[in-house]
Amino acid sequence: MFTLDWSFLSKKVVGNQTYFGWLMTAWETTLTISFFAFIIAFTLGFLMGVLRTTQNKYLVLIGNIWTEIFRNIPVLVQVFLWYFVIPKIFPIFSKLPAFALAVIALGLFTSSRISEQVRAGIQSIPTDQRYASLALGLTTYQSYRFVLLPVAFRLVLPPLTSEAMNIIKNSSVAFAVSIAELTMYAIQVQEETARGIEVYLVVTALYFISAFIVNLLSILIEKSIQIPHFIGGRK
Amino acid sequence: MIELKNVSKWYGNFQVLDNCSTRIKKGEVVVVCGPSGSSKSTLIKTINGLEPFQKGEIIVDNVNVHDPKTNLSKLRSRVGMVFQHFELFPHLSVQENLTLAQIKVLKRNKTEAINYGLKYLERVGLTNQKDKFPGQLSGGQQQRVAIARALSMDPIVMLFDEPTSSLDPEMVGEVLDVIVKLANEGMTMVCVTHEMGFAKKVSNRVIFMDEGKIVEDCTKDNFFNNQTSLSARAKEFLSKILR
Amino acid sequence: MSLDFSFLTLKVINNIILTGLIFSFKLTLIAMVLGIILGTLLAMMRLSKFKLLSSFALGYVTIVRSIPLVMVILWVFLLIPLFIGRSLGTEYSAIITFTLFEAAFYAEIMRAGIQSVKRDQANAGYALGMNYFQCMRYIVLPQAFRNMLPVLLTQTIVLFQDTSLVYAIGAFDLLKGFSIISKNFNRPVEAYILATIVYFIICFSLSYLVKRIQNRVRIVR
Repeated sequence: MFTLDWSFLSKKVVGNQTYFGWLMTAWETTLTISFFAFIIAFTLGFLMGVLRTTQNKYLVLIGNIWTEIFRNIPVLVQVFLWYFVIPKIFPIFSKLPAFALAVIALGLFTSSRISEQVRAGIQSIPTDQRYASLALGLTTYQSYRFVLLPVAFRLVLPPLTSEAMNIIKNSSVAFAVSIAELTMYAIQVQEETARGIEVYLVVTALYFISAFIVNLLSILIEKSIQIPHFIGGRK
Repeated sequence: MIELKNVSKWYGNFQVLDNCSTRIKKGEVVVVCGPSGSSKSTLIKTINGLEPFQKGEIIVDNVNVHDPKTNLSKLRSRVGMVFQHFELFPHLSVQENLTLAQIKVLKRNKTEAINYGLKYLERVGLTNQKDKFPGQLSGGQQQRVAIARALSMDPIVMLFDEPTSSLDPEMVGEVLDVIVKLANEGMTMVCVTHEMGFAKKVSNRVIFMDEGKIVEDCTKDNFFNNQTSLSARAKEFLSKILR
Repeated sequence: MSLDFSFLTLKVINNIILTGLIFSFKLTLIAMVLGIILGTLLAMMRLSKFKLLSSFALGYVTIVRSIPLVMVILWVFLLIPLFIGRSLGTEYSAIITFTLFEAAFYAEIMRAGIQSVKRDQANAGYALGMNYFQCMRYIVLPQAFRNMLPVLLTQTIVLFQDTSLVYAIGAFDLLKGFSIISKNFNRPVEAYILATIVYFIICFSLSYLVKRIQNRVRIVR
């Protein structure tokens, strides 16, 4: 029915840049956005998730408000918010490139999801486990640092992996503020070359490969922190 | 050594501890028993301040547990506690479980902590398991490690919260043996348990609780051999559990 | 800076915001109903003892779940004209996309739901002489559906949030409404502040509702 024609990949776009070269740059952009967004999401998500499990009601409130705000606004709307609104209200942000604003938006959105996973992970650890660490004389900080967090981290690693994959998928919304990542590439090159199927195929394949790499990394991490017969949370 | 004065505790409107008072002297072994839901576990957890209480006073070795200024971590490091579900830390090896608090709380150096830990591990007969992780041990073994972990802190008193109730029947003996040995060595102990045989064998006193109240607080002999003097609730409980 | 919301007349609200909102809701509802039906079928296939059916369902769910939704939206929009020879327009294209895409997510939820029903429940049905479909229809699926209701609804809130991605093909949804306002009145700051508030209020109320339902389901059981 259709015959695939990949010759567009070697054609020049501007100067010496080929469509293939552009594709690789776009992939790199997707991965870079995802990487930095994940760092933000992981750090803030863990922090907020932990705050929500403390005994201090103000810290719990801060964590709850944070999580509710960032998970109840669609990620694309959050990208627009950071791109169009925040730099006008807080002029310091107008110095940041669109790329950085998209990273922040994506990172904060995902932090709310990670906060949920971390809270659920810590709360699935039985109360007596927390008590056992306190009964030995550990302070609250020490009981988190040496007992609760190491256990919780192992419990939330699988959901963290899927959040890392989600971040790569969600980074596609950056096209809406004209960042030259994979989806932007797909839309643009489809129009320029009219080889829609080939363009989408190759872009989709790169998303697949990216997800595969993340999965591989998480298996490596899981292996490296593996504990024989680990018995973490009780429901 | 331990004194509870009129301790009351509420969850919202629900009262879980009702005016509980008792004293425990050095070297005494006190068994706390009673039907489930009688707040025995809650009572024992107030002694080291794990469960907060709203009214009353608790004094452990001249330290006020109810005083907000008290350094609870310091007090807890001197009060050993053993839990129903062992609560070994699943991500740490047996040896690390034994040494973590010694190093972080008592500031012992690592070699010293390991020496202490292994000494008590030997006493519970598990020296060869030191490099295993909790998940690789049987329930009875885990509970013995948990006892060794508490002992490594050189506690002045040991609190046991139903130490055998989540064990398979064939493992209860090995854990009780360790506790009995400890009692015979003169350790002050408070033990929540349903094991009446154990209570008869080692305890000096029995506290019987029902619905958050201390209903009986008497000598072992009185509790087991002079039942006519006991309340109806305690008699009913004993008749069910000793049958 | 000073904000100016004077562009917000009744006409603008009616013609632009409400039009977009109604499409967003329509898209969410249709994709939810069709997606749950299709997802349940996929879940049954996935758990079937016929290798062909289960591999197909597994393949479908895995592939769809690893592609960004925006790419799926683009794919369907590109492929429909190639298959049927004409364009169906952005809105029908969006409805088809979301049904197919969300089915994969609902399928995973329904699979967990079916597995949450004890095996002997189905056996009890077979023992009464029911066939597979009767067992599923009258015994397993109602329980699975009930157990998973909060998760299905939470996924639907995610679905509602995701409808904003039809931006990629320019369908007229709620977000598109605000982007039109932003351009027509040259007021991007105000337009996107409004967008944020409206989406937040809708999603927050819906998740509050789901929490209420979750508590009720828990008590009844």
